[in-house]
Amino acid sequence: MECQECHQRPATLHYTQVINGHKTEVQICEVCAKEKGYMTYPEEGYSLHNLLTGLFNFESNPMGASHGTTFNKENDLQCPKCGLTFTEFKQIGKFGCGECYHTFASNLNPIFRRVHSGNTEHRGKIPKRIGGNLHLKKQLSSLKDELQNLIMNEEFEQAAVVRDKIKEIEQQIDQKEKGDAR
Amino acid sequence: MTLEHFMNEAISPWMREEGPDNDIVLSSRIRLARNFADMPFPIIADQKDLEKIREFFQIEYEHTSFQDYKDLEFVSIRDLTAIEKSVLVEKHLISPLLAKKEGAAATLISENEQVSIMINEEDHIRIQLYFPGLQLTKALTKALELDDWLEEKVSYAFDETRGFLTSCPTNVGTGMRASVMMHLPALAMTKQINRMMPAINQLGLVVRGIYGEGSEALGNLFQISNQITLGKTEEHIIEDLESVVQQLIGHERKARNRILEQSGIELEDRIYRSLGVLEYSRIIESKEAARCLSNVRLGIDLGIIKNVSRNILNELMVLTQPGFLQYFAKKTLTANERDILRASLIRERLQFEK
Repeated sequence: MECQECHQRPATLHYTQVINGHKTEVQICEVCAKEKGYMTYPEEGYSLHNLLTGLFNFESNPMGASHGTTFNKENDLQCPKCGLTFTEFKQIGKFGCGECYHTFASNLNPIFRRVHSGNTEHRGKIPKRIGGNLHLKKQLSSLKDELQNLIMNEEFEQAAVVRDKIKEIEQQIDQKEKGDAR
Repeated sequence: MTLEHFMNEAISPWMREEGPDNDIVLSSRIRLARNFADMPFPIIADQKDLEKIREFFQIEYEHTSFQDYKDLEFVSIRDLTAIEKSVLVEKHLISPLLAKKEGAAATLISENEQVSIMINEEDHIRIQLYFPGLQLTKALTKALELDDWLEEKVSYAFDETRGFLTSCPTNVGTGMRASVMMHLPALAMTKQINRMMPAINQLGLVVRGIYGEGSEALGNLFQISNQITLGKTEEHIIEDLESVVQQLIGHERKARNRILEQSGIELEDRIYRSLGVLEYSRIIESKEAARCLSNVRLGIDLGIIKNVSRNILNELMVLTQPGFLQYFAKKTLTANERDILRASLIRERLQFEK
C-alpha cells in the first residue's frame, strides 16, 4: 500500500482518528507522518533510550505523578565530577562519566535489572593492568565455593587439591599487595 | 596507504576469505565499548577533553600494527566529505552515529579493514572486529587481545561490581555487542522468520536489519546480536548467541531444501528472473536490487547458478548504496540518477564474472 500523502513511499503507519464520533483511517509513510504531525517523536524515532527514559521515570514515581512534581532541585542527586543530575540522567538515558555510576548507585539496580534480565553485577573480563588483584580475588572466591561443595560431598582428596590452590593464590595476593605498597 | 584505499573497493579484504557456514553467515562481529577513567563521556565532555583523546590516539596508534591488523590508518571524521562518510558507514567501518559527529570524532582502521577503533563515539573507544562466516569465538579472542593491547596505555573506566563503565546503561558490564550477519532468504520467503523473532528476543538477543538499529532487512540480511551485557561472561554471551545462530542455520537449510523439493521450478524461475533483472535492467531501485541480489545469492548457494562468485551479494549490496554510487560518480546524484548508475554498475559487475 502506498502512502496517501506523498504517493511515493510505502505506507508503514496506519492511524485511526476519531473526531466527534467520525472515524477516519490514514495510511501514511513515516516521513509524511512526521511532517503532518502524526508523530511527535524525537529525531531518531522511538529508540531504546526513550524506552529507558520511560522506565526511569516510572522508577522515581512509585507514588504516582504527584510525586514527580515535588521532586525538586535540592534533593536531586548530582555527580560531583561531571555535574550531571539524576533528573538529567533520566532524561537523556546516558551517564556523564564513570563517577555517575557511584553517585547514582542507590537508584541503579532496578534499572540494570530491567535492562539486563535481572542482572546487576559484572561477571566478565577484568582489565589486565588496572584490574590488579581482582583476577586473583575472583578466582579465590570461586575456589572457596568449590572447596565448600567438595567438603559437603565428602570428596576430600579433590578438596585437598583445591585447598592447596587457595593457599597458593593467597600467597600471590599477599606478594602483590606488598609489591604495591613499596 | 590512504583513505582512498578504503573507498575504492566495496568489499573489504577480509570478506574475500572463506569462513565456516558462509552459505548463510556472512560475517561475525565483536564490538567492545570502553572509556577513559578520568574523563567525562563524550555526551557531556568539553571539546578540549575530546580533542586530547583524539590526539592521544593519533600520536600513539597512527600507522602502528597489532598482530594481523597492520598499519592502522587514522581518519578524522571532520576531514571527510559527506559522501566519504556515507561510504565508510555503508562498508560498516564506522557507525552512523560517528559519521554524524563533528569535532573530535575519529577512527583507526586496519589495512585489511578487519579492525576499526572508533574514537569519541557514544563512548571514548569502540573497538570493532570482523571475521568472515561464523567465527564468534575467534573474533572474541582477537578482540580481547586488542583490548589488552590498548589497555597497556589507556586506563579504562572499570568498576569491580559494574564492570566496564559505558555512557549508556545498556552497554555496561562487558561493554560487548556480538553480532552475526545472516542471509535468511528461505526463512523470509516462508515467513518463518517472523514467528522466530519473538522467541529470539526472549533469549536476550535482538534481530535487526543490515545497517543496525531501526534499519530494515534489505536483501534478507539479518543481524542477530546480544542485548544483555551485564551479569554474564563474554564467553557465555557468545555461547548463547552461537547456539541460536546454529539453530537458525539449521532451520534455514531445512527451509531451503523444502522449497527446492516442493517448488523447485518456481524457485529456479524466481532466481533466474532476478538474475535477468540484474543483468539487463537500466534503472533499478536499491530495494529491488537487494531483493534480486538475495535471490541470485540463494541460487549460487543452491548450485542453481554457477560461475558467479558468492561475494557478489556482499559486494553489490554495498556498491549500490547511495554513498558509494555518489563516490563513484564523484558528485551528488538525484534518486533517479542513482537508480540508473546502480543498474549500470550491476550490469558491469556481472559482465565481469563471465
